[in-house]
Amino acid sequence: MTPPAAGRVVISGGTLLDQAGERAGDVAIEDGYIVEVGTGLTGGQLLDATGCVVSPGFVDLHVHLREPGKEEAETIETGSRGAALGGFTAVVAMPNTDPAQDSVAVVQFVRAQGERAGLCEVLPSGCITVGRAGERLAPFGELAAAGVRIFTDDGNGVQDAQLMRRALEYAGPLGITLAQHCETASLTKGAVMHEGSCCSRLGLPGWPALAEELMLFRDIELVRITGVPMHFLHLSTARSVALVRAAKAEGLAITAEATPHHFSLTDEELSGYDAVFKVNPPLRTPADIAAIKAGLADGTIDAIATDHAPHAPHTKEVPLDQAPSGMLGLETALGVCLAELDMSLVDIVAALSWKPAAIAGVADRHGRPIAVGEPANLTVFDRNVEWTVKPEQLASKSRNTPYVGRRLRGKVRHTVFNGIPVVVDGTATR
Amino acid sequence: MSPRHAKHLLSIDDLTADDIHHLLELTDHMVEINHRPIPKVPALRGKNVVSLFFEDSTRTRTSFDTAAKRLSADTMNFAVSSSSVNKGESLRDTIETISAMGVDAFVIRHKSSGVPGLITRWTDASIVNAGDGWHQHPTQALLDCYTIRTRLNRRDGFDGLRIAIVGDIKHSRVARSDVQAFAALGAHVTLVAPPTLLPPALHDWPVAVSHDLDSLLPDLDVLYLLRVQRERMDDALLPSMHEYSAMYGLTAARAARLAPHALVMHPGPMNRGVEIVVDPADLPGSAILDQVTNGVAVRMAVLFSLLGTGGDLRSETLS
Repeated sequence: MTPPAAGRVVISGGTLLDQAGERAGDVAIEDGYIVEVGTGLTGGQLLDATGCVVSPGFVDLHVHLREPGKEEAETIETGSRGAALGGFTAVVAMPNTDPAQDSVAVVQFVRAQGERAGLCEVLPSGCITVGRAGERLAPFGELAAAGVRIFTDDGNGVQDAQLMRRALEYAGPLGITLAQHCETASLTKGAVMHEGSCCSRLGLPGWPALAEELMLFRDIELVRITGVPMHFLHLSTARSVALVRAAKAEGLAITAEATPHHFSLTDEELSGYDAVFKVNPPLRTPADIAAIKAGLADGTIDAIATDHAPHAPHTKEVPLDQAPSGMLGLETALGVCLAELDMSLVDIVAALSWKPAAIAGVADRHGRPIAVGEPANLTVFDRNVEWTVKPEQLASKSRNTPYVGRRLRGKVRHTVFNGIPVVVDGTATR
Repeated sequence: MSPRHAKHLLSIDDLTADDIHHLLELTDHMVEINHRPIPKVPALRGKNVVSLFFEDSTRTRTSFDTAAKRLSADTMNFAVSSSSVNKGESLRDTIETISAMGVDAFVIRHKSSGVPGLITRWTDASIVNAGDGWHQHPTQALLDCYTIRTRLNRRDGFDGLRIAIVGDIKHSRVARSDVQAFAALGAHVTLVAPPTLLPPALHDWPVAVSHDLDSLLPDLDVLYLLRVQRERMDDALLPSMHEYSAMYGLTAARAARLAPHALVMHPGPMNRGVEIVVDPADLPGSAILDQVTNGVAVRMAVLFSLLGTGGDLRSETLS
């Protein structure tokens, strides 16, 4: 962990929002911890929160930081900066790096790079299988001992049902969570976009909703027989939401996330063949968006995660079928959520903060109530300000945001990580 | 948009019925030019038309080349295989480099859907889509319309005309373009294929769907056959080419059940023994060579409408 700041920081004039609801108040921070909550607090560095909400820092269960291996698209430092600007104090780094995060050495490197940047806590995930190849189990025990809590082959679904069953059984006593990228590969060969009327018109191979739902169903049944918890990444279809809702009603130990792009953009965005809109799983239909929003509103979907996936510009300026999948998300997440979701602010922040913190196994230090003695990982945001996305103003090394020119509502003003103001007045301080 | 003022031809979807009629009338003028002893006019003198074929094609490339030359445009041909582009220069760099030499129009063929539209971002030149992936082949649809219009004497439109498109619709840019063009002109279009060779969602297409070619045959005005490729068997889309031929191929028995006036069409190249079992030379209704002939005139009309002065078509540029 980054050494906490010694100096005193006061967040003044905002509305505090956490698990206990909303109330006015100032927050004083010293040595990385909240030391006072009250009114009229002074001393040290003042962060003006007038008209803003002060909440626990956001936790993103799903980011691709590209380091090691694709530093031309993003580094842990640039990705962390984007995270801090987006109000995130912790991010789970997906393991599809090169080399993949299937060994203690790579995982420690990722964590160390995160500490060096000092902008947010970078939580390396581990692979489920060696090299994400879907053949042999990654060393869960060694990686868990090195602090890894989330394991996934994200980018690939684990195709082999027997292997997935063994992975869950083996993971059980280690107290880790396996997270699935649900995609039945035999149904998505060459797929570019959602299978439906849009792909039929555009002449592009479709990625059917069924490919996600089939693996989700299989894994829900594996959770049932093994009793080992699972997390489901970036669910994108109405039927997926229904499957998770039914499984949770039965008491199965599963959690799920959805991305802002899957509840704000449809497959019609692909009509211009712009690869910025190519993402996996693909953008789907208005009915799917409605179902995901309903799933977030009723808690079926626990967390909002960005699946932040930077790609260098030249790799996206190619025919759609040759382009890599993925879009930026960290710096636009809050603005999309507040513009799109018809939910109470506390429920939105729950899905961005303490609920994902629990899934990531960092609920001891992120997503905490705003109270004396708690670690100072906090986000201060203006819930009403409208702004237009300009790719050149993003901190990411890449520019593949699908929200170019779009009006979003809500923007982060300050972010405090471990007691340090890493974002002040919308600008990163390091 | 009016094609006379449009900059690009990317998709039939961009054209109204009036636009299509206009292009077909312009094609009449081009046919007249092509019948002259010296079939060449100075309409596009000084214009530079570059054909960039990232996918092999003999007939379409030659047809565009002939069309451009008959209008006195300068022409350049680049046969670029996609793989060589992948190894080195990006598509964008290729386009920007050639554009820098001074290009008025690119004629683009690419195996990936959507490429002609992408290219419009990187050049000021006009883009003519000569076939992109499974998406569109608009000049094929226009030449098909022109062929039907001429052979069936349907200058005013295709109202009431019954057209069946048979074969691999799912992977066919010709089908996507033809459906839009035929329907825009008023035809009743039926797609005939096994379900595995149809696009996944057709509810918003202006078509009927059938899996029974035999029941349709006597009522058809046009039987349009598509090429069916052997690789479709590898993806479990077809059990065998023999079975396809038996269920959907044009056999002599099926040909005999067509109405005397009915046309048989095919965009080529034909898979003889698969979708067409009879010799087309034995079919009085075959319009397959007319399609090729008309292709040149239609492409002249398209190039002229995009690059020409846009003035009176009877002006000296066409004389």
